[in-house]
Amino acid sequence: MEGQVSKVEFSPETKALVERIIKRYPAGKQKSALLPLLHLAQAEFNGWLSVPAMDYVASILNIKPIEVYEVASFYTMYNMKPVGKCLIEVCRTGPCMLRGAEDIVEHIEKRLGIKEGETTSDGLFTLKTTECLGSCGTAPMLQCGADYYENLTNEKVDTLLEKLKTVKDHSTYMRSNRQEI
Amino acid sequence: MTRKLLLHNEHIPGINTLDVYRKNGGYASVEKALKTMTPDEVTEEVKKSGLRGRGGAGFPAGMKWSFLDRKSEKPRYLVCNADESEPGTFKDRYLMEKIPHLLIEGMITSSYALGANTSYIYVRGEYMYVIAILEKAIEEAYAAGLLGKNILGTSYSLDLYVQPGGGAYICGEETALLESLEGKRGNPRLKPPFPAIAGLYSSPTVVNNVETIAAVVPIVNQGGDEYAKIGIGKSTGTKLISASGHINKPGVYEIELGLPVEEFIYSDEYCGGIWKGRKMKAVVAGGSSVPILPTDLILKTAKGEPRLMTYESLADGGFITGTMLGSGGFIVLDETACIVHHLYTFARFYHHESCGQCSPCREGTGWMEKVIHRIEHGHGMMSDIDLLVDVAKKIEGNTICPLGDAAAWPVASAIRHFREEFEYHVRNPEKVKNPKHFELEPFVSEKMALA
Repeated sequence: MEGQVSKVEFSPETKALVERIIKRYPAGKQKSALLPLLHLAQAEFNGWLSVPAMDYVASILNIKPIEVYEVASFYTMYNMKPVGKCLIEVCRTGPCMLRGAEDIVEHIEKRLGIKEGETTSDGLFTLKTTECLGSCGTAPMLQCGADYYENLTNEKVDTLLEKLKTVKDHSTYMRSNRQEI
Repeated sequence: MTRKLLLHNEHIPGINTLDVYRKNGGYASVEKALKTMTPDEVTEEVKKSGLRGRGGAGFPAGMKWSFLDRKSEKPRYLVCNADESEPGTFKDRYLMEKIPHLLIEGMITSSYALGANTSYIYVRGEYMYVIAILEKAIEEAYAAGLLGKNILGTSYSLDLYVQPGGGAYICGEETALLESLEGKRGNPRLKPPFPAIAGLYSSPTVVNNVETIAAVVPIVNQGGDEYAKIGIGKSTGTKLISASGHINKPGVYEIELGLPVEEFIYSDEYCGGIWKGRKMKAVVAGGSSVPILPTDLILKTAKGEPRLMTYESLADGGFITGTMLGSGGFIVLDETACIVHHLYTFARFYHHESCGQCSPCREGTGWMEKVIHRIEHGHGMMSDIDLLVDVAKKIEGNTICPLGDAAAWPVASAIRHFREEFEYHVRNPEKVKNPKHFELEPFVSEKMALA
């Protein structure tokens, strides 16, 4: 089932990366690696952080699971529930609102037949609104995975949604699925 | 023509690579500092330059550096604050994306001055693609002997790492950033002790904004005195301004401090005027936190003097008729914009971003969001307007960190300068239920109409 994690263990490549990340901090300060590791876990385990995934990260860093839960739930980039393959996040704070972000959200809602916060029944798209993503000069904009799509119009959004349908991997912050629009 | 110190090479193809960057004078400040200057001499130049923190607070950078506890036995750290999250601000992203080596060069030179052998660049997690750009540039710098052991054959060594955030505005507050870098929730710390005494891992730490650290490069290259010749009074040097909203040319502009606000908005060199041939209604001059000003007060001070892009001129008149330069997030609203709607997005933002540690902020930001929401959607009462002023007043100054103030100021200033618009919303509930109410029929203030 989508979102279920069968085996919670990083790939050998990710494990090697985790080792390198932990070395960035002084001995005994390995907890500093928590935020980077949660990004990696989300990317590797279907785009969200299940309890087993968080427990796994806790065991790597030799910290208590609660130390992971409290951090994961504090930061907005960590998904505490399963999300669609393409998590679309539309910025709607002041400057984006002034340039028409709310119309873009409405257009995407119509195109996908879902409301903000929902996932399409095929599990492909989740739509969220978000607060300022630092792209005010190229508003309106949305983020999908690591990629920013800027200066949006309804037409550009249509083209993008069409292209994103072909995406095979979860578009997480660690992975670019950049599609030119 | 504006003198540019940070973005002067941005047009050169390949300037994001080490080769091209070095061919165009890159890393000269590292050569100069490490080979011909003592760390204290570098700090002295930064002091002389008058450089003020570019993240928003505008605190003199050289003075901040001088507070660093140099007697401590513990290692010292330099942490770059690249958690750029203030609505309206996107200059750091631009700089890191276009000229990543400028930040790395600034980090090496500044770390040398502070005696730090490990430094971190904390980048907001949403900028993951920028992190990839920085990591590539850092790899190039290591390969060229500009990072790592014995940099350029000197006895100085530095390791530099990039740390991703997790999506939290509060981590732009320096002690919250340090908490986050230690792998915790971004709850700001009680001060004192300040990071200069007990920062990252309780060690002496300096936290500086991306643009501040980048500015150290021209300061060391030209000397602090030369840098201080640009600008007016205590606003020295150049500043990156992020221009957004209802203007013809949104983008990042490097200006000399002292440029008239009017020229910045209407000149084709910068914003290029208001879009769609409309008139300007208001400006948020320094990122979402600073007081909003109506057209007459942003172009001229209450005394009738032209308003300039400096820390002092924008603050002229205090919060009654002035504002702040802040982070340089310059948001322009045209005559069809609804001040209440615009304010609502900011109130929602601060409610969302409050870390929840202090009750005035945790509860107050939620109240303000709800009350502004009901005014904007035609369910407000006249008493709601004063209620908002009251809540804002009770948050301001009563929290551990400045997020509470940042949430209160936009609300207080919007009501101070645009009270009539709030009253219009209460009186005309049916009209404002259409979200595009002022696009259909721009609001005309009775006061302005009479004038």
